[in-house]
Amino acid sequence: MSIKALMISGLLSASLAQAVMAEQLSGYAFIKDDTRAMQDDDFANPGLIAVATGAELFKTASRSGGKTCADCHGEAGEKLVPQRIATYPVYDSDNKRIISLQSRITACRTRVADDTLPVNHPDLIALETFVRNRARDVPVNVNTEGTEIKALLKRGEELYNTRYGLIDMSCHICHTVYAGQYVRGQKISQGQTNGFPAYRLGPGEMANLNLRITQCMDLMRAEPFPSDSEEMKLLEYYLSARSNGLPIETPAVRY
Amino acid sequence: MHQAQIAIFAALLSLEFTGLATAADPAASGLPPIEPYCHWEQTDLMIVEPLCGLKGDAKRGRAIATDGNRGNCVACHNMPFGDVEGYGTIGPSLAGIGGRYPEGYIRLRVVDTKSFNPASIMPGYYRDPGKIHRPAKIFKGRTFLTAQEVEDVIGFLMTMK
Ligand code: HEC
Repeated sequence: MSIKALMISGLLSASLAQAVMAEQLSGYAFIKDDTRAMQDDDFANPGLIAVATGAELFKTASRSGGKTCADCHGEAGEKLVPQRIATYPVYDSDNKRIISLQSRITACRTRVADDTLPVNHPDLIALETFVRNRARDVPVNVNTEGTEIKALLKRGEELYNTRYGLIDMSCHICHTVYAGQYVRGQKISQGQTNGFPAYRLGPGEMANLNLRITQCMDLMRAEPFPSDSEEMKLLEYYLSARSNGLPIETPAVRY
Repeated sequence: MHQAQIAIFAALLSLEFTGLATAADPAASGLPPIEPYCHWEQTDLMIVEPLCGLKGDAKRGRAIATDGNRGNCVACHNMPFGDVEGYGTIGPSLAGIGGRYPEGYIRLRVVDTKSFNPASIMPGYYRDPGKIHRPAKIFKGRTFLTAQEVEDVIGFLMTMK
């Protein structure tokens, strides 16, 4: 083969990889065997600590003599409807805004507390983990119907396809085109959201979807979208809808 | 991928994961001063002239190629070293690369693959900082590698024949 032909053939790899359409798979399919075993073991899964912390906060009043989450939703959250938890983030068409599970919890909590926890505060993540865990095994079921929601999804998909930062990668290039390939010994997942909030072995802490997106953007040496920005909400909505049908695993264990 | 293949890969690859170069790393705040950007020209899929007229050092280049916070080529490419664990499988092996291609082509590959293959995943290591979309504040005005680092990596790749 001539040098020129070799040079040109090198260009083809990306387009070839793109041609393979993959079936939808949870991040569970991409982690190592021992990580999977850790997730499945209720004594070894570190995410269950966040569930327990969340359960405790759920029953604790943040204002002395005030109400607790449990007063309305049951001691163990048994009055929460798992099928509804699985629909988050939801779109509030009256106020034209996306409400993530975290912002739903914040809104609720603000009514019974004196303070408002900042986005991604560990206590909020613990509460989110506890609540999402109530819907474990329920398939993700984000609304994708209606013109307004379809427009949101389209904007979310555009953000998913955009390259960011010095490393200049999009979510799409890694999690759609190269999912299943190894980056330094770890398999790239499809970026499915059904395990989140999840315990991350790398940083050694819990991450909800919002934080995980920020961490990905940091890795790309990009300026992350602020955690309460419109772009972040659109990405969260799009990514969550993309996981429709996958059973909730919260708290998953991920790299 | 086949189950047996996964098992073999898992056995071959370590738990160690540096991923792509990390940004949230505290050392990043102690970055060296920003260097002026040297413009380059490509002809026939090559950048013939070394960046800023610099000369590469193969020994430094090898270290940059395996450093998780710098080139980190091994995140995606296999390279013929015994001492790196957990190579990536995204790009082709770079074994013998210096014998396969002219230096100018390799320079273009490292500098800006997307200038001729926009769909590529390979980062451009020396792109015009003004054209980077949403760089993190601490990386604004910077290239992924410095011109010297790029030349070092190329110097190293040319020794792999
Ligand atoms: C994010 C993954 C990734 C990283 C990091 C990466 N590459 Fe690549 N590289 C690729 C892919 C994928 C290709 C195949 C062609 C394409 O898709 O553009 C490639 C192609 C190449 C080629 C052409 C090989 C051939 O046989 O045609 C060279 C040379 C190369 N890379 C060098 C490097 C060097 C040097 C570094 C580090 C400074 C590096 N790459 C970092 C993904 C990567």
